[in-house]
Amino acid sequence: MLSSSTQPCGQFRTSYGADTTLFPTPFTRGALLLGLILVGLAPFYLRSYGLNLLIQVGYYSIAALGLNILVGCTGQISLGHAGFFGFGAFASAWLNNRYDIPVALTIPLAGVMTTLLGLLFGIPAGRLKGLYLAIATFASQFILEDFFARANWFTGGSAGSVANPVSLFGYELAGDRSYFYVVLFWLVVMYLAGSNLLRSRDGRAFVALRDHYLSAEVMGINLTKYRILSFGISSFYAGLGGALYGHYLGYVSDEGFTILLSIQFLAMIIIGGMGSVKGTLMGAAFMVLLPEATGAVAGLAKTVLGDSPLLSTGLAYLKEAAIGLAIILFLIFEPDGLAHRWHQIKLYWKLYPFSH
Amino acid sequence: MQSSLLFQLIINGLIVGTLYGVIAMCFVLIYKSTQVVNFAQGEFLLIGAWTCWWLVVQAQWPFWIAFPATFLFMLIFGILLQMIVLRPLIGEPIISVIMVTVGLSIFFQSMMKWIFGPWPQPFPDIFPMKSVNIGGLQVQTPYLMSMAVSLVIMVSFAWFFRYSRMGLAMRATAFDQQVAQSLGISVKRVFATAWAISAMVSALAGVVVGMVNGVSSALSFFGLKVFPAVIVGGLDSIVGAIVGGLIVGLIENLAEYFDGQWLHLGNLYTVAPFYVLVIILMIKPYGLFGTRKIERV
Repeated sequence: MLSSSTQPCGQFRTSYGADTTLFPTPFTRGALLLGLILVGLAPFYLRSYGLNLLIQVGYYSIAALGLNILVGCTGQISLGHAGFFGFGAFASAWLNNRYDIPVALTIPLAGVMTTLLGLLFGIPAGRLKGLYLAIATFASQFILEDFFARANWFTGGSAGSVANPVSLFGYELAGDRSYFYVVLFWLVVMYLAGSNLLRSRDGRAFVALRDHYLSAEVMGINLTKYRILSFGISSFYAGLGGALYGHYLGYVSDEGFTILLSIQFLAMIIIGGMGSVKGTLMGAAFMVLLPEATGAVAGLAKTVLGDSPLLSTGLAYLKEAAIGLAIILFLIFEPDGLAHRWHQIKLYWKLYPFSH
Repeated sequence: MQSSLLFQLIINGLIVGTLYGVIAMCFVLIYKSTQVVNFAQGEFLLIGAWTCWWLVVQAQWPFWIAFPATFLFMLIFGILLQMIVLRPLIGEPIISVIMVTVGLSIFFQSMMKWIFGPWPQPFPDIFPMKSVNIGGLQVQTPYLMSMAVSLVIMVSFAWFFRYSRMGLAMRATAFDQQVAQSLGISVKRVFATAWAISAMVSALAGVVVGMVNGVSSALSFFGLKVFPAVIVGGLDSIVGAIVGGLIVGLIENLAEYFDGQWLHLGNLYTVAPFYVLVIILMIKPYGLFGTRKIERV
């Protein structure tokens, strides 16, 4: 493991349990708790703009973690993650509108429904790998988009469907402030589950599958089973993230889940770091902040250079171009992502001033 | 009435199919010689068409100068793209290579929209728009021309790979890079040439489509239709790309016919090729003409 080199001296591990523990030192546990408390208090010191961005980071990073388990850990490329994300959003709204199941329950149920869909798509995908899988999931993206536009009973067709706010014990958790805690709850649960998954038997099987699938098979890992399982788990994350997205906006339309969103999810895990749980969160934050930063730069350019249609009406295209450019630049100059850079920074300070 | 509509749609399918075939051929050219899956193929059409449009309409160049100038531009563009973006990624995992072309696709598509606006712009009439009567059907001349251009491209591709020195070098590189290098072929130059040819021919297709339908970001959809075509034909087969393109063009138009006559689902035109793609991947993953990869431990 890369991270072991930042551990302080005198830390000896005498069991496998100690070697795979989530918090190697009391300091990491304390730092995480402190960070959680700081984030948890965000509604008290952030305006609604900042809170909105945090909620976006929340649901996108949940879905992106699913994709990272699939792509980063298992090595199965998926270009159709937005389809599953959208399916979760529609499923949660549908369960609530049709069967009157409370929203607090439909959010995980939507995850379960998306898992079933993911397993269905995973069965053919279990036979493919690499390039062919990328193209197959690319096609599945268009097929799911077409399904959303067509299935009136499920999605409301082109009119979209209404997603009610979350209510718990008679209290309605509408508004950004209370919804923030709903997203934070699921974020913590799903990230803990993800970290634990990766140090379990199944998680090791995923990594073995990615690194050398022939050796993995020789060692007794059932390739098809784990490929399909990985698809299912990743769909659960996508569906849950999608449900949170739907109930946050209050309205789900079939136009939000295009190939561009799938690419954004992939960009999150590439920029964050493939196979890194911590990196997924960083990547999601980066991708949410990137359009905002582009807008800010364009605003600055507007005050300096004067207004032009290229900066006002063309701003949406500039934001898209920034996403593409970020993917290209990261792949060329920082292929290991932000998690790797973070590790480098930590190493630098640990060894300062004698870095060799 | 119905049979004439069917006939018309089949002709349409063949015409569009030859164009798909040409673009798929460019895609296969890159995949075969450099092992890169180019998700930005549609953007080559877009860039080529906009460049030619800009030279003719804004810069007021005569078409017979603007057209070769577009070619020259795409030549340089293809080489630079390969040198700056793709070369650092040689030997990286497949996901990185796929994602960099996806990133290029988003970047160029939005930059083109940013520069030229999202609305379609018509080409000025360079060739007279006439209809020719073929077997009781009215076929417009630009369509016939695009068909002729596509056929010329296909024949010249066949000549290029069979007889020219560079074409032979490219086939050798596609067969085995190390052996080709040890025989004195510059693999770097082969890679750059593959991208340059692919960009130029795609731009030609883009200009032809732009003349008929007007230039807009819809051109990049042609790049998406490449995937069904190459999967049907086999990822590394030039002949397969042409056959696959024709099949996809026909399937699209037949899907529209069946949809309009009996099914009434609407919009079957766009998704039908992707269903075909998934089915082909399930039953015959190497396509009609692709080489089967046999893995040994």
